[in-house]
Amino acid sequence: MSVFNPLKQDRGGQIFLAVLLLAMVLVPAFNLMLPEASPFHVSTYTVTLLGKYLAFALLAVAVDLAWGYLGILSLGHGAFFALGGYAMGMYLMRQIGERGVYGNPLLPDFMVFLNWDSLPWFWYGFDMFWFALLMVMLAPGLLAFVFGWFAFRSRVTGVYLSIITQALTYALMLAFFRNEMGFGGNNGLTDFKDIIGFNLQEDGTRIALFVATALMLGLGYIACRAIVVSRLGRVAVAIRDAEDRTRFVGYRVEYVKLAIFTFSAVLAGIAGALYVPQVGIINPGEFSPLNSIEIVIWVAVGGRATLYGAAAGAIMVNYGKSYFTAALPEVWLFALGALFVLVTLFLPKGVIGLLNRKRVET
Amino acid sequence: MNSLQNLRELMRRDRVFEFMLQKTGLEVDLSHGTILYLEDVSVSFDGFKAISDLNLYIDAGELRCIIGPNGAGKTTMMDIITGKTRPDSGSAFFGQNINLLQLSEAQIAQAGIGRKFQKPTVFEFHTVFENLELSMAGDKRVWPTFRARLDGAQQKRIGDVLEIIGLQESRNKYAGSLSHGQKQWLEIGMLLMQNPKLLLVDEPVAGMTHQEMERTAELLTSLAGEHTVVVVEHDMDFVRSIARKVTVLHQGSVLAEGSMDEVQNNRRVVEVYLGE
Amino acid sequence: MIRFFQWMLLISLIVTSSLVNAVAANQDDTLEIAVALLQSKSFNEKVKAIEVLETNGGEQAKILLNALLDNRVFYIKKDKRLVVGGSQDKEYSVSDALTGEALGTLHRGQLQKITLNNKMRRQIRSALAVMNLRNPDAEKRLAAVNQMLDRPEEEQAQLLEPLLAQERNDRVRDAMQIVIALSNLSSDKPEQRMNAVTALEGNIHPAVRNGLSRLQRETRDPAAVKKIAQVLETIDHKLRLYSLLENLFFGLSLGSVLVLAAIGLAITFGVMGVINMAHGELIMIGAYTTYVIQLLMPEHIGVSVLIAIPAAFIVSGAVGIAIERGVIRFLYGRSLETLLATFGISLILQQTVRSIFSPLNRSVETPAWMSGSWEINSALSLTLNRLYIIAFALLVFAMLYLVLKKTSLGLQVRAVSQNRSMARAMGVRSQWVDAMTFGLGSGIAGVAGVALSQLTNVGPNLGQSYIIDSFMVVVFGGVGNLWGTLVSGLSLGVANKFLEPWSGAVLAKILVLVFIILFIQKRPRGLFPQKGRAAEG
Repeated sequence: MSVFNPLKQDRGGQIFLAVLLLAMVLVPAFNLMLPEASPFHVSTYTVTLLGKYLAFALLAVAVDLAWGYLGILSLGHGAFFALGGYAMGMYLMRQIGERGVYGNPLLPDFMVFLNWDSLPWFWYGFDMFWFALLMVMLAPGLLAFVFGWFAFRSRVTGVYLSIITQALTYALMLAFFRNEMGFGGNNGLTDFKDIIGFNLQEDGTRIALFVATALMLGLGYIACRAIVVSRLGRVAVAIRDAEDRTRFVGYRVEYVKLAIFTFSAVLAGIAGALYVPQVGIINPGEFSPLNSIEIVIWVAVGGRATLYGAAAGAIMVNYGKSYFTAALPEVWLFALGALFVLVTLFLPKGVIGLLNRKRVET
Repeated sequence: MNSLQNLRELMRRDRVFEFMLQKTGLEVDLSHGTILYLEDVSVSFDGFKAISDLNLYIDAGELRCIIGPNGAGKTTMMDIITGKTRPDSGSAFFGQNINLLQLSEAQIAQAGIGRKFQKPTVFEFHTVFENLELSMAGDKRVWPTFRARLDGAQQKRIGDVLEIIGLQESRNKYAGSLSHGQKQWLEIGMLLMQNPKLLLVDEPVAGMTHQEMERTAELLTSLAGEHTVVVVEHDMDFVRSIARKVTVLHQGSVLAEGSMDEVQNNRRVVEVYLGE
Repeated sequence: MIRFFQWMLLISLIVTSSLVNAVAANQDDTLEIAVALLQSKSFNEKVKAIEVLETNGGEQAKILLNALLDNRVFYIKKDKRLVVGGSQDKEYSVSDALTGEALGTLHRGQLQKITLNNKMRRQIRSALAVMNLRNPDAEKRLAAVNQMLDRPEEEQAQLLEPLLAQERNDRVRDAMQIVIALSNLSSDKPEQRMNAVTALEGNIHPAVRNGLSRLQRETRDPAAVKKIAQVLETIDHKLRLYSLLENLFFGLSLGSVLVLAAIGLAITFGVMGVINMAHGELIMIGAYTTYVIQLLMPEHIGVSVLIAIPAAFIVSGAVGIAIERGVIRFLYGRSLETLLATFGISLILQQTVRSIFSPLNRSVETPAWMSGSWEINSALSLTLNRLYIIAFALLVFAMLYLVLKKTSLGLQVRAVSQNRSMARAMGVRSQWVDAMTFGLGSGIAGVAGVALSQLTNVGPNLGQSYIIDSFMVVVFGGVGNLWGTLVSGLSLGVANKFLEPWSGAVLAKILVLVFIILFIQKRPRGLFPQKGRAAEG
């Protein structure tokens, strides 16, 4: 096994990446080349929807890395996702420039509305794309690092850790709801116009965003896989199963946790940054504890500790969500709730586990 | 006045302050022939004194057996040596230079103290081979661990240990699927992979057949000399078969020390064990 | 026909007027004198009339004086009869000044107004005050004195001093002394002013504070200024103390809510080690139970709340047992999975309630015996519903504590939580104990819902907003420790309320959350950890 070829002995991963590659080629092709009347035509709406699912899939992969392999059930990964999204949103806000409702060249509309006369310091630099990209990774990474530094050193584990990650995202949600925070309060950031000069409403931009998301999902998957098959990955699993023993073997458990948890948070942030330009809005609701816990159920449905299973789970559950919320809105929460219960009771290894068992039996 | 005294204390030239001592990456200094010093160690849980004024010295290369009735503080003592429990008072030094009370569990393990638990704990979702690989001595920081590859010498070392613990056949089996005795052996193998200076072995033969027990005795005896071995055991036959020097713990402190025969004839030991 | 009506009218007139006459008989004489004097042109005569009215003290005299103040007393030009006018338009509905008998409406031109000067107005005002101050009902007298506090005038001192000597009621006396001191603040004599300042030390009525600060601004003498500042400081000190007490009260009441919400969790999470994310929804079910019971008995709101307590306990407890038997028991030892499954259950419960009762908030009526407030003084009043909730929380805590310590169920619960297999070996039916424990914790959640329904609206999201707080309380207090839950709940509530004025409600909440997150890192086992080798694991 080698870092450079983490996909060896990973049949599921190979299939997953192949499908992803196929989607990357076919979806744009079907959108651009086929006439709208064709039954195979993929509408731009669908392209964006798929792009959204792929961003969620990347988020699920990040959560699976921490939960499936390290045993950290984070109920706060939505916070990292949202922070990445806000960093991207801030860039998109500054790109609006004078085209806002109030036409202020410097201040976003909500600041003009709040009678602010200057840009808060933490908005500086977000007019530059590279800076925003840096922040997309740095903001969630830094939060995860600081939080993990305290939590792992004091050996908060298991459900305690889960509960305080939940409290973390809850506290952030309350904070971001405040207008004084300078992130648009209740309404969040929206009305985006363009990204690095391309109009967000145009089909081409949307397809590019879809391809970028698919690409990042593939890269994120390979990176996680590289960690998982390395000795570090095996140490992570060792920590998951017998934390004390790992310590007595001589590994600094807290540093291993910190490194992987932070990496996972950065991935979540990137997923958020890809999500925001496609849906066109980021608001404090993304911090809500319900969102974070939903991510966990994607992973559980797909199958934890498989990575590609998590991605598949994210896409399946979100497809179901889109379907139900449109067709039978009141049924969706019943279905989601039942999913939580049934998967934990009857499908501890998720759908992938079910498929693998079938394969072993035949 | 008091502050002046403190200042004087601070300026004493004959003192080396603890914070100035190097903490890790230091070879253990065995120049005085003693590998472990426990001095006046006390620890209590909720008012119950698990260890009280314990003084214990282990010579380098020794094979020491520690016996004692339940609740004598044997496991707590191991917890203190390996950093799992911090004592309320006293000092614990590894060789002349390493203050165990300032190090984390991982640092203590890296400094060269290996431990086998009473209840065998192995990494159940790893194969036997991987268990040994993870335990192997080496750079255990995050990035080097991520980049780590097995070279030929390391492969061979793992193969050797597999042979010693008799698990060649099971090398690709998940550790979780091993029998209790095999897990015991695997844990001993993991200990060997760490190549520690000091081995702390807690009840190594529990759940082993008589034959396996003999092999364990053989292994531990052969390790002594190059390594220092401290064995905590209840099985008196086993202790007699390997013991050179025996320490009896009772109510958290040393009751008697000497050869097996001396200890067995010690009146106080007999009292404690037979309750006379 | 018409004739008949005239007769009836006559009879009724005779009857009513004779009744009035009978009541007023003993006061008629003085009233007549006053009425006569008022018609005089001389102001001196009118002053006398007011004095007479004051000594008369009857209801009609009071009406007359009030009307004089409002410029509504006239005499009819034709027959010199004194009347009190009703409305202030061209047409006046008038009544007899002596008897109060209605005399129909008269035109402005037919009436002549009784005129007053300012001195007389003051005289009337103090006369009215004195009449109230002589009221036999002590409460009325107190109200009259307190009314004077709001409009301090110099004359009040002279007015009250003779009355003070006669007054027997202590509270009225105290109030009178304050008014006297307050009006003496504007006295010409510096000595009297300073005595008044001293007398007002520590009085927290807003009028006192205003009067003193005005005097402070007007006084030149440095010693006097210093003295006044000192007295003001004692007042401010007291005000601060009372606002502190009020904050403490709000904090305790918030803390009691937290304790109520968390204490059931302290059992299911602390004692059994089960993470029940549906705990908030069990609270919500308790609140809806209260709502339904009120719908069933709209005539007896006061009783319905009392009935709701056991009902909510049973309903939530039953739901809890169903959850335990149906899901949780298959997941013992897998706490993270339990967390996810119970979260799913919480979603289902929320949606169920939404489907049955609609997603809108419902309001539960507060019974009369719980509304209102307990006024301790002008700076401190405690609302009754919050007081009841504090008491209720303590009661629930005490009962739970007794159940766990004194009953055989409690013994078995503790046995199972400490060593399941040993307890089972001793013949404890651990499955039954699990179900009962979970039912108990869930039932308490339902009871908490009853209390919450008295504070906020009842809606499907009610539970969600409390679940994180409840977990924080339990973890902060130390898992498995009921006392810890009580202390941490109350102290978090108080901390929240003390931060609020300084930072705003939302920020206070965030700060408390961040504090707990940091605290858990420092002491992962909470305020009151369980110690020993067993807890080391």
